[in-house]
Amino acid sequence: MAFLEITGVRKSFGASVAVESFHLAVARGEFVSFLGPSGCGKTTTLRMVAGFEKPTSGRIVIDGVDVTDTPPNRRNVGMVFQSYALFPNMTVADNIGFGLKVARRPAGEIQERVTELLRIIHMPEYGRSYPYQLSGGQQQRVALARALAIQPKLLLLDEPLSALDAKIRASLRQEIRDIQRQLGITTIYVTHDQEEAMALSDRIVVMSRGRIEQVGTPFEVYNFPATRFVASFVGTLNVLQATVADAATGRLSVQGQEIRVARPLPEHAPGASVGVAIRPELISLDGQAGHDANRLSGTVADVTFLGPIVRVQMHLSGDVLHIDIFNNPQLRPPQPGAPITVRFAPDACLVLDDA
Amino acid sequence: MGKRFWPWLWFLLGASYFLVPLYATFDFSLRARRGELTFAAYANVLRDIKFVESFSFSLQTALATIVVSALVIVPTAYWVQLRLPRLRPVVEFFTLLPFVVPAVVLVFSLARTYSRTPLTDSREGLWVLLVGSYVVLSFPYMYRAVDTGLRSINIHDLTEAAQSLGAGWPTILMRVIFPNVYVSLLSGAFITFAIVMGEFTIAALLAQPAFGPYMNLLASSKVYEPSALAIISFGLTWAAIAAIQWIGQGTQARLVGPR
Repeated sequence: MAFLEITGVRKSFGASVAVESFHLAVARGEFVSFLGPSGCGKTTTLRMVAGFEKPTSGRIVIDGVDVTDTPPNRRNVGMVFQSYALFPNMTVADNIGFGLKVARRPAGEIQERVTELLRIIHMPEYGRSYPYQLSGGQQQRVALARALAIQPKLLLLDEPLSALDAKIRASLRQEIRDIQRQLGITTIYVTHDQEEAMALSDRIVVMSRGRIEQVGTPFEVYNFPATRFVASFVGTLNVLQATVADAATGRLSVQGQEIRVARPLPEHAPGASVGVAIRPELISLDGQAGHDANRLSGTVADVTFLGPIVRVQMHLSGDVLHIDIFNNPQLRPPQPGAPITVRFAPDACLVLDDA
Repeated sequence: MGKRFWPWLWFLLGASYFLVPLYATFDFSLRARRGELTFAAYANVLRDIKFVESFSFSLQTALATIVVSALVIVPTAYWVQLRLPRLRPVVEFFTLLPFVVPAVVLVFSLARTYSRTPLTDSREGLWVLLVGSYVVLSFPYMYRAVDTGLRSINIHDLTEAAQSLGAGWPTILMRVIFPNVYVSLLSGAFITFAIVMGEFTIAALLAQPAFGPYMNLLASSKVYEPSALAIISFGLTWAAIAAIQWIGQGTQARLVGPR
């Protein structure tokens, strides 16, 4: 049986529905991210698990106990906020020990636990500091320690890195993952940053407009998006408008040039319009090699050098195609305006139904 | 000079508007004996047992008022901001009523409403009524101060953080909200303190041995002592304001700090 079970949860505020038919089972020790744009219901769902919002209908079960009607202070769930939410009147040590003090644990035990957590977050010498003396990244580490101090059944993180700058975000992300693995704590992580979700999660729940679009490992969600929304939200994606030329063999026409997809398209009539999605990194500039590949010709519109990656934009009649190639000092990047032929495999193409 | 002339002129004019009467009062209070400057009037005031009595009576009343007012205002302002933000203008309006309703009207209504109850039958009851009236008078200052203080911290997230750590409402209020609005509470409290120490109408009409009526009595029976008393009460008020600054500074730096 799953450690956290969310069954048929729905939440509406007046007439507007924030979350609908949300089903999810999370295993013990699993790290699951809720990913989606703002307003997709990910935070509302997290807040229902924490107990700050009550579902309009549906059940939430943690470790076999139905907590749907349990107030937040009896759920034993640790929460980390985007704003850190450290108590400004308390030292770092008092912040971390707050939950244990509320639970009336003996002072010796609190001190021991606080010391241990300060060590885990690599801030052993900061116990006597006040929150305002710390940087944002340090404050969020203290907030994480505070949430972990009560040995919660679940750790909930609501966009914990959004207020930090890029460099700290990356290092703290790794630290969160390490601590989570080390303690084996079941974690739900809310973010709108797909890179963050992919780097951290065992599984990602992609949400849009209050509904789950797809649940899967980062590999699955990125490579086999279930819906057009997932395909476009997770990673960069080229979507070409195409018409079906021969459904049985999977032949399509893109602006007069023919390409082939890996599967037949019996559900589409010839002449029907479909979207074809291709990841930028699955396209190669080397138009000559490979005999079984699709080829498209156009002109180079722009070249952006990003260091390890070179991003090429190609004009294809009306469409723009993004191509990511690895940097190679031996190869000169193409010049804007030059004609170019690109290549990609048929199985790199994803046919999107609702074109 | 040049550019600085006009600002300084207005500043000096403004300052003299306050300082000249104060100096005149002080000067007058020193002339209790013909031909010499003396603190005799001050000695007379401080020696008067009624001064000590009425002053300590008002001091206790002021402290009681501050405690009751804080216990009413902080949870109210907190709850309004957390859960009933739409009621905020309404609550603000109610807290401003003491500016609209004259003290005389307030005290007569209270006396009528609570006549023939223990509140008007006994000395202790009247004192409770007095504290109650002062609590109402303190609302505009206390509510505003606390409301501003609450706005400067993220009470929403702090509340939820405390809740997720197992805290119930009493713990959240005592350990998280009160300590964090302490400084704002203090500034409201000292204004309240100054008002209660000098209040005359309500105390007189409820026949309470307070400092305000004592000052009035002194003014009608003595010549130099009332001036001495005025200077003393000025000094005490200023000491109170200095105390706000002094206590506030340390805590302020700790709570707000650089952001």
